[in-house]
Amino acid sequence: MSLNIELEIKRDVLCIRLSGELDHHTADALREQASKAIVENNIHHIVLNLESLTFMDSSGLGVILGRYKQIKQLHGEMVVCAISPSVQRLFDMSGLFKIIRLEPTEQFALERLGVA
Amino acid sequence: MKNEMQLQFKALSQNESFARVTVASFIAQLDPTMDELTEIKTVVSEAVTNAIIHGYDSNPDGIVYISVKTEDGYIEISIKDKGKGIGDVEEARQPLFTTRPELERSGMGFTIMENFMDELEVNSAVGQGTEIRLRKHLAKSKMLCN
Repeated sequence: MSLNIELEIKRDVLCIRLSGELDHHTADALREQASKAIVENNIHHIVLNLESLTFMDSSGLGVILGRYKQIKQLHGEMVVCAISPSVQRLFDMSGLFKIIRLEPTEQFALERLGVA
Repeated sequence: MKNEMQLQFKALSQNESFARVTVASFIAQLDPTMDELTEIKTVVSEAVTNAIIHGYDSNPDGIVYISVKTEDGYIEISIKDKGKGIGDVEEARQPLFTTRPELERSGMGFTIMENFMDELEVNSAVGQGTEIRLRKHLAKSKMLCN
């Protein structure tokens, strides 16, 4: 199993759609691709869609927190959407839900950032 | 019924997925819930990732050893490396503690293992390696006990 990363840019928002498994092995590719897209496209906000993510561990928390810090430095926002109950448990355990906004769908997330 | 299996592989990150899927397939014989299977896969992933990144500093010459024992809905998983060991185990177990922030490690590995299993035991010696023992009773077996 691996991770498929789909990136789409809507104005200054980077939409990241993940499918498959996010662990230490696949986190590097996500970090590299997302960081590059943020820098090269003058991105201010991130929508992270986890609807098709089938597995995640603490390496996933690390890379998500890393992108949150990156976008915060640009005074932007990160919204995570469509998370499964098992990923929600990891968010709750780490306290990540306190700093990262959660929305039920990508549409809601985009509306929140004013680009829908 | 008692059952047991052993597994060993090189400390390569692509083996993290292999390890958790293999352990989950073995445990599947005990008819766990989907949540329990996810928990087992997650804790195996955490311990194997720790062995690779911290135990062996991502040197693929290292070998990670897993053994799983089961008996009537009770599971014991051992994940072991012969790497550099942990100097201060209590500190390492603290939520959000990490020695490798530059790698964007979250420091949540041990916290997740503690939360998803009934028991977590860490045996480590500097220069010799680390063994993580994880124990859990599946929900179905708990019901049978009551």
